[in-house]
Amino acid sequence: MCVPYCVGEENWVDSRTIYIGHKEPPPGTEAFIQQRFPDNRIVSSKYTFWNFIPKNMFEQFRRVANFYFLIIFLVQLIIDTPTSPVTSGLPLFFVITVTAIKQGYEDWLRHKADNAVNQCPVHVVHHGKVVRKQSRKLRVGDVVLVKEDEAFPCDLILLSSSRDDGTCFVTTASLDGESSHKTYYAVQETKAYNAEKEVDTIHATIECEQPQPDLYKFVGRINIYMTNEPVARPLGSENLLLRGATLKNTEYIYAVAIYTGMETKMALNYQSKSQKRSAVEKSMNAYLVVYLCILISKALINTALKYVWQSDPNKDEPFYNQKTEAERQRHLIRAFTDFLAFMVLFNYIIPVSMYVTVEMQKFLGSYFIMWDDEMFDEELGERAVVNTSDLNEELGQVEYVFTDKTGTLTENNMEFIECCVDGHVYVPHAICNGQVMPGAAGMDMIDSSPGPAAREHEELFFRALCLCHTVQVKEEDTVDGIKHGIHQGKSTSFYISSSPDEVALVEGMKRLGFTYLRLKDGRMEILNREDEVEKFDLLEVLTFDSVRRRMSVIVRATGEVYLFCKGADSSIFPRVISGKVDQVRARVEQNAVEGLRTLCVAYRSLNPEQYEEVFQQLNRAKLALQDRDKQLAEAYDLIEKDLILLGATAVEDRLQEKAADTIESLHKAGIKVWVLTGDKMETAAATCYASKLFHRNTQILELTTKRTEEQSLHDVLFELSRTVLRQHGGMTRDTFSELSGDCTDYGLIIDGATLSAVMRPGQEGSNSGNYKEKFLEICRNCSAVLCCRMAPLQKAQIVKLIKASEEHPITLAIGDGANDVSMILEAHVGIGIMGKEGRQAVRNSDYAIPKFKHLKKMLLVHGHYYYIRISELVQYFFYKNVCFIFPQFLYQFFCGFSQQPLYDTAYLTLYNISFTSLPILLYSLMEQHINMDILKKDPCLYRDIAKNSLLRWPTFIYWTILGVYDAIVMFFGAYFLFDNTTFTSNGQMFGNWTFGTLVFTVLVFTVTFKLALDTHYWTWINHFIIWGSLIFFVVFSLLWGGIIWPFLNYQRMYYVFMQMLSSGPAWLSIILLITASLLPDVVKKVIWRTLWPTTTERIQVGTNACRNREIRTVSSAEPGVPLKALIVNGLQCGNVH
Amino acid sequence: MMASSYNAKEEDGHHSGASSGTGVSKNKKPDNTAFKQQRLPAWQPILTAGSVLPAFFVIGLIFIPIGIGLYVTSNNIKEFEIDYTGVSSDSPCYNCAKNFTWNTTEPCVCTVNFTLHQPFESNVFMYYGLSNFYQNHRRYVKSRDDRQLNGDLSALTDPSKECEPYRKSGDVSIAPCGAIANSLFNDTLVLYYVDSNNSISEIPLVKKGIAWWTDKHVKFRNPAGNGNLTLAFKDTAKPVNWAKPVYELDPLDPENNGFINEDFIVWMRTAALPTFRKLYRIIQKKSGATPTLPNGNYMLNITYNYPVLSFDGRKRLILSTISWMGGKNPFLGIAYITVGSICFCLGVVLLIIHHKYDNRNTSADIPS
Repeated sequence: MCVPYCVGEENWVDSRTIYIGHKEPPPGTEAFIQQRFPDNRIVSSKYTFWNFIPKNMFEQFRRVANFYFLIIFLVQLIIDTPTSPVTSGLPLFFVITVTAIKQGYEDWLRHKADNAVNQCPVHVVHHGKVVRKQSRKLRVGDVVLVKEDEAFPCDLILLSSSRDDGTCFVTTASLDGESSHKTYYAVQETKAYNAEKEVDTIHATIECEQPQPDLYKFVGRINIYMTNEPVARPLGSENLLLRGATLKNTEYIYAVAIYTGMETKMALNYQSKSQKRSAVEKSMNAYLVVYLCILISKALINTALKYVWQSDPNKDEPFYNQKTEAERQRHLIRAFTDFLAFMVLFNYIIPVSMYVTVEMQKFLGSYFIMWDDEMFDEELGERAVVNTSDLNEELGQVEYVFTDKTGTLTENNMEFIECCVDGHVYVPHAICNGQVMPGAAGMDMIDSSPGPAAREHEELFFRALCLCHTVQVKEEDTVDGIKHGIHQGKSTSFYISSSPDEVALVEGMKRLGFTYLRLKDGRMEILNREDEVEKFDLLEVLTFDSVRRRMSVIVRATGEVYLFCKGADSSIFPRVISGKVDQVRARVEQNAVEGLRTLCVAYRSLNPEQYEEVFQQLNRAKLALQDRDKQLAEAYDLIEKDLILLGATAVEDRLQEKAADTIESLHKAGIKVWVLTGDKMETAAATCYASKLFHRNTQILELTTKRTEEQSLHDVLFELSRTVLRQHGGMTRDTFSELSGDCTDYGLIIDGATLSAVMRPGQEGSNSGNYKEKFLEICRNCSAVLCCRMAPLQKAQIVKLIKASEEHPITLAIGDGANDVSMILEAHVGIGIMGKEGRQAVRNSDYAIPKFKHLKKMLLVHGHYYYIRISELVQYFFYKNVCFIFPQFLYQFFCGFSQQPLYDTAYLTLYNISFTSLPILLYSLMEQHINMDILKKDPCLYRDIAKNSLLRWPTFIYWTILGVYDAIVMFFGAYFLFDNTTFTSNGQMFGNWTFGTLVFTVLVFTVTFKLALDTHYWTWINHFIIWGSLIFFVVFSLLWGGIIWPFLNYQRMYYVFMQMLSSGPAWLSIILLITASLLPDVVKKVIWRTLWPTTTERIQVGTNACRNREIRTVSSAEPGVPLKALIVNGLQCGNVH
Repeated sequence: MMASSYNAKEEDGHHSGASSGTGVSKNKKPDNTAFKQQRLPAWQPILTAGSVLPAFFVIGLIFIPIGIGLYVTSNNIKEFEIDYTGVSSDSPCYNCAKNFTWNTTEPCVCTVNFTLHQPFESNVFMYYGLSNFYQNHRRYVKSRDDRQLNGDLSALTDPSKECEPYRKSGDVSIAPCGAIANSLFNDTLVLYYVDSNNSISEIPLVKKGIAWWTDKHVKFRNPAGNGNLTLAFKDTAKPVNWAKPVYELDPLDPENNGFINEDFIVWMRTAALPTFRKLYRIIQKKSGATPTLPNGNYMLNITYNYPVLSFDGRKRLILSTISWMGGKNPFLGIAYITVGSICFCLGVVLLIIHHKYDNRNTSADIPS
């Protein structure tokens, strides 16, 4: 046996060899090296029955918070700590268990799904017979039989199909959502083997790359040993059937497994998507660090003071309180354990429950997005989808919106408007919503009829458009549907393509008299105006890509070989050698200004030698195993040249409903909207005007190739920045005035080429960084930016650039197509539109909405709500735990720094879990500080919360100080009440537990009332939860102290609560302390609201006053007026200012 | 088909479950309920100067009278306090305090004379007070066994580990165990009235009703022993510092002996702060118009058993009458008056602000 290095070793590293049907190649041809491949078992489950507990625990404790609580718990277990391990163990256990159960359940579902998939039967050809096998037993090299409507069990290379031409149709709906049927091809040499016996005789090996997650890329080579003479054929993604796709319209196929199990492209694709973190979460973590510092310093202070205090042995160990021998001996680690004990005592300041509550809030809160009736689209039958609930509040923080144009701003419902051949314009006249009117094939000619020379061009042009595309004909009726349907002129068949432009063009051609019938046996059939079927051999398809921005086909008709090329004007014109370029260009530009999408069509006729050369070039490139894409691109570049221009087409893409309104609202909300499109500048600019991104008074700055050709990039950049800055400098005085948004705004247009010049790193040393900054500076001062001619990756680059700029703004990317995926993944928030270009955007997005207009509600209402909700949640949680723990800290000064807890264990444990958890959770789900209709009507309100305004340090410090103040009031209130006197009418004394209970009672009521004061939206649920949780606290306390609990080894709380309530001064002091605690916050709120009201507060007051007035008048006049009318009235009132 | 349903599930797992339901239900139209559309009818209060104003005045007007009432009540309470620790050499208990040893069998007795200038009319409550005594020290607070005190037999002979180092004396377990019980306050205070003709009469002190009823009747129980406490405690040792075992705390009254001795129960309720007082005895008001304690000279006879000087502590005797609000404590009254006045002042300030700014704001709002 030959060792691996006989063959080019690098080949073996990144490619694999598959022996079809496990047949070894003829000896001598190649080394037979049995590579090991995994079986076809799909394991999406994370755990097995045995490793569930350890693995799940490990994963959960990898989270910093959980780990912290685990450490606290362990410390409590190991050393002698003031509170029992139960107090932190129970919540931790609860959290861990709930998470584990949830994950376990999910994993169980995955196991079930895995099993269903792994055990589903597949048909494998084995020694010339079809055998049924369980899917998981499938191995690489097995030849599989797949029947119609079956899904592919693994990634397969198509060998042959029931169709003679060796093609099959596949829908990848479950992979990327594209429901169109894609055609896949068998290799010429194997397509004849379409019976089980024959297939078994195929003797071939496949060499292909190791599995990669890219669904649309595949490079391989098949070596077929026909008569001992191996034939090598290229394999591409058109030969690869992906697991998860389904066979359609084809009776059966034979295919060989190449990637199995976890190596299939689908499995590789489902691996982790990078997790996005919201700004709120970052603030939260910052606060956590602060609190951790507070915690540690508290513990340190107390430890130090404890040792100062203890230096007097009479205090350390008075006669009444001797230490045990063990306690006396531990001198060395004593200080450390004391420190840990203080940490444990104060650890509640960072509560476990905050994480749980935040998670719950996000998870439950996201349902309101999905439930939103207004974000449901009747037409599509779709509603908003939430893929990650982690980013809800980020929707309220967006500063930059990057939107795709086609399909996002526009309908992506293309309509053929006109075409222009050599300057003569043709307009089809029977347009009826894109449907073809029967018998309406005809055209209007705007110009005078062309001469005979032009006639030829006209014919070629129409044929070019009929041939140069990748449209498929979908048969409604599988029984000779095509002929039947099209011949009778009925629309029983329709065109499908991944690009709606192509469909529009082909349909437009149909209206102009040239009907594309089908592709059969490598021949394209066209029905021409004279109702004759013309047949063309389809030789090559030079597929579209966004870099070249054009596609070509090479066809043969009656001996002549033509290359038809169709593409963006900028990619066609440089390659044109003749034709009426100027007329066409003029028409194209005119159309573009009107917002139409234009394409240019050109051709080149090839003589047999040329064709042979082209064929060789293409084949070489296709056969290459490495850098095939690059080689193909080079080959295409060589082939698509010396074109003769035929004409241009114009397709209209209508703006989406309310797109302009949405953009205007976003602008008012202080959000900068950037349009990133691959379209050409004029078209995109027209769309931008139509969608009100640019206004008539917007001063447009251009940063395009056209300008940089005239001046150097350097000069243009500096000139523009000067223009912008002059304006800006003049404005500084006015920016203090309230209406700073109303200055003449600038719109920037930049194209892909210039952008890459700006972004190019290290080109001129230090200067390049300068360009970026200059560019950013210009962008910052423009209210709208249009980037046209963008490649998908450039879109992501732009997003990244803005993300990384100084202010670190929050970005949102919205798009519908595969070309938007990169920017959707890059932006802080990615939103997918459920458009026509498949589902990739939706799948990779964080949120998906049916239409662009829904973005308005998503940001202005949901985002705003979630942001204020979560910011209150975070602040309140820290506040209530400061209130909770600070008295405990103060108590240490009065108990000899002995770590004596102030509260009973039950209170320590349940404070965050049950007494104060539900009201804030509910608040964070239900709060509406302003009516949602007002939020929608008045986008300016969005500015009030911009830049994480509710979670800035001053606010945080205010809350913390408030917490400390409340804690001091509560503690010292109780202290002076208890100070060396009694407050019962029978003279009996209260002990330390009554002291703690009094503080705790005040605490629970204060923090709950504080939340009640912050609640602006009191539904019956709020009443129920807030009052309910207070009642629960009282009932619990009564119960907890009411019985001698047999399982407890202490009874310190016995009757403590009831005894306390039997004392009048206790009641009075509870009322007093609650009032005193809440007073400053109320005063602060009222004074701020009156003296320095935010827009939000003004509108709140306005609507309230208004509504009261309305209700009064309405109730006196006509009591039957519905609430809706009141709200509308309220709105008008609110907007008066 | 299998694969597609599998996909949906896999995606669910990866996206924290929130996306469930995609493509599952045919009818995706959300329910148009008020809850799901976040349009539940709601009361939407807003804290404005106008709406808060009345509340401030009301609070002020309620709190100030309450505060005055509390303050007056507190001032009407009579309280007398005397320190008998014996720190300075001229104090009567100086010798007892100085010569204290644990092993003395002969109790040291000292007598303190004092004068009440005002008569105490109603029931008088007699407290002993300790200062600088950390009953709330953690080691101390937990050093008890509530099971044992509740009469649990197993805990009687095998007390909780928390009681260390007062858990066992040799091999015999201590009852009641722990530091709290061990340090039971054991001074005996007797009060005499010295009337104008120097005849001394002992004032009757009631020792019942000084502990919480629930403590005495539920929380503290003597171990079952057929009514014979000595028998019930036979396998236990007395706490180290005690002179006599627990079943001899009050041999005359079986209802006040053993664990349910009220002095013991009072001591076992650990105080919240290092300076505290505990109810010792009650002097019941005599029938008729004579004050409970008429003004005049008194003699306090102290059997000095309890050492506090070692930790710089102080011992006091407090005589106090009690109102409905308990003992003398001006704090609550003052606090009520303060908070009430602050509220009232804030009310006035807000009223000014409200008139000056709110009107301007609303009037400015409408025309622009």
